[in-house]
Amino acid sequence: MNQRVAIVGVAQTRYQSSRDDARVFELTFEVVERLLDETGLSIWKDINAVVSSGDDYVDGKGISNDQITEVVGAQYRAEHKVAADGAFAVRYALLQVLSGHHDAVMVTAHCKESMIDQNLINNLAFDPLYQRYLGFDLVSAAALQAQRYMHKYGITPEQCAKVVVKSLKNAKNNPYAQVAQDITIEEVLRSPLLADPIRTLDCKPVSDGACALILASEQKAKRITDKPVWIKGIGSCYDAFYLGDRDLADCDSLVVAAQRAYKMAGINNPRNEIDVAEISGEFSYQELLWYEGLGLCGRGEGGKLIDQGVTKMGGELPVNPSGGLLSGCPHHVAGVARVAEVALQMRGEAGARQVPGAKTGLAHGITGPCGQLQCVIILGS
Amino acid sequence: MAGRAAIVGVGQTYHRSKRPDVNQIEMINEAVRAALEDAQLTPKEIDCVLFGNMEQAEGSYLMDCWATEGTGAYLKEGCKVHTGGTTGASVAEAAAHHAASGLFDTVLAVTYEKQDETPAGMGPLALVQDYLWAIHTGAFGWFARMGRKYMLETGCQEEHAAITRLKSDRCACKNPHAHLRLNLTMQDVLNSRMLLYPLRLLYMCPTTAGACALVFASEERAPKITKKPVWVKDWETVHYEMVGYEAYFTSRMTSMETAANRIYHRNGITNVRRDIQCAEIYEPSTWSELQFSEWFHFCEKGEAWRMAEKGVSDLEGEFPINPSGGVVCTNPIGCTAMVRVAEAALQIRGDAGEHQVTRDVKRAVATGFGGSFWTEMLLLQRSWD
Repeated sequence: MNQRVAIVGVAQTRYQSSRDDARVFELTFEVVERLLDETGLSIWKDINAVVSSGDDYVDGKGISNDQITEVVGAQYRAEHKVAADGAFAVRYALLQVLSGHHDAVMVTAHCKESMIDQNLINNLAFDPLYQRYLGFDLVSAAALQAQRYMHKYGITPEQCAKVVVKSLKNAKNNPYAQVAQDITIEEVLRSPLLADPIRTLDCKPVSDGACALILASEQKAKRITDKPVWIKGIGSCYDAFYLGDRDLADCDSLVVAAQRAYKMAGINNPRNEIDVAEISGEFSYQELLWYEGLGLCGRGEGGKLIDQGVTKMGGELPVNPSGGLLSGCPHHVAGVARVAEVALQMRGEAGARQVPGAKTGLAHGITGPCGQLQCVIILGS
Repeated sequence: MAGRAAIVGVGQTYHRSKRPDVNQIEMINEAVRAALEDAQLTPKEIDCVLFGNMEQAEGSYLMDCWATEGTGAYLKEGCKVHTGGTTGASVAEAAAHHAASGLFDTVLAVTYEKQDETPAGMGPLALVQDYLWAIHTGAFGWFARMGRKYMLETGCQEEHAAITRLKSDRCACKNPHAHLRLNLTMQDVLNSRMLLYPLRLLYMCPTTAGACALVFASEERAPKITKKPVWVKDWETVHYEMVGYEAYFTSRMTSMETAANRIYHRNGITNVRRDIQCAEIYEPSTWSELQFSEWFHFCEKGEAWRMAEKGVSDLEGEFPINPSGGVVCTNPIGCTAMVRVAEAALQIRGDAGEHQVTRDVKRAVATGFGGSFWTEMLLLQRSWD
């Protein structure tokens, strides 16, 4: 990167199963207001532009970002919507600063999953000629991926269930989490089956919420905060669209995205050099598979990694101290919230979920069935 | 210091109302191939693919993911950007940011719309307005009302709209990519069906199937790819409160004035028709071309219809506006604003063929217009300085 760019402030709502008390722009307003209060920034004087993450389908409205124009301060200014996971909104905001056109850009993401029938919408992500009529949605596609992954590498349902147990336990330390509890592997394995092998507790719950953060150029960041969190590396990558064109057990696009981010950040051994990671697993098996794609372990060793406790709190490389997506975090918001959580870790402000001494962190976002589009962001204090 | 980006490849499909011969992916691929051929690049040489369309128009969710088949984004960086009618300009701006960031040498920007696969063309637009408060009139209501207001306030008569529509048609007939190429007469225009007074069918943009792709390159890479890079000197996005109530009740479109004022001020443009030689603006109706020209300061307030009467905005005129035939002749919605950028770039290169304007175009503006009366404006130049 030709210049350093930092995260100078983050804000999240608490994630809840339904926020029927608030419309989308009111949710967004909550986080924008808190962000400005905490950073002391003026939305007019200090922020140049906004990048939001959202989607017309999920918002149930054409050109859905017009709902937030006023509350994000975009009246007579720029706001662009990235119609992908929030991590890509962070990525675009970063590029707006790197291009030298802006020195402070706000990123917002909102989603009210409680308003919509996700399975119906997700079905529209499959091509209308051959796949849509098979009834595919993200859950049934994920079930194919889970089957393939578990079959190829001998990953067990118990190992996947351990991810759920870890996530919901970690979530007890996160005041923003929606679901936080001590459960057992047996309880996960006894929860209702949705699409073999995926059970209810293997999935992220329906969730409403919003998240926002501000990126600033080096010069500006240093004026705003004495704890800037620097973006050290970033990479994204598309995989093939047709599920049959990929080996779903090997997440090629994540491997490429991670390598791009590591190269930029000068990371050679991610497991040793990264202190904490917040990754987007919409289903329990995905966290294990993403470990492998991120190079935290070898191919097929995701199960072993969770068995060894490497990724639990207090382990060698804690993953999702916040509880991650399984503890509740809506689409679009997920990626921005991962970045926000890692930023809090870098600042040492993650409270009870703080990983002591964390200096380098990884945030990860996904879009599309079986993680077709992947984004990896490396942050450093 | 701001980084620099240039357009080094331009490609678009032949725009038509129906393309039953191709599916969405195949149509997108036509534009991508054309842009890569124009830039003399192979897919391997592209670092990043940015994508956009009007999200709900074809009824497909996460369209960029399916489109990887046609865009060649497999194992490349990228994402989808969506801002309604301005999408094409937003994706172009995003590509300029990417190419100027220092992280990417080459960026492919792709937009499309295949409205023959849209179950109801107006469906997505009806969903634009606030579902609790707004009265649904759709695009016809907006533009008819704005047209009527313009007539009442400036003394413009319908014949001036007709003159402007004939100019668009003459241009479109010279542009092989344009959708409506009708060889119209004054009589044809004035006899066309009235949709909502004073908006006739021929004054309204059509529903089009088509795709456009642009290749952007970094400052270092651009001159190595082409002898005729078109520099993206500056851009501005101006959003505005939901559904633009202002445009209903006043005769101003402040998002357009604001965007234009900022671009002109930052780039030392004091005499617009002297300092800029051509404009490709997003005019959803013929009436809009007149009004928008005033809001962009191409002429004084209330003077646009006189400008049209004198032929100032013709291909051979002093200040050509929409030499491609414009949106009223070609409107693949999510792609339309990118076609403006593409056509402006071709004018600067001198590669517009039969619809190349007489005036030497060193500098041009391209604009996008979006659902909530949003404006995006890009300033393109033959040389950076």
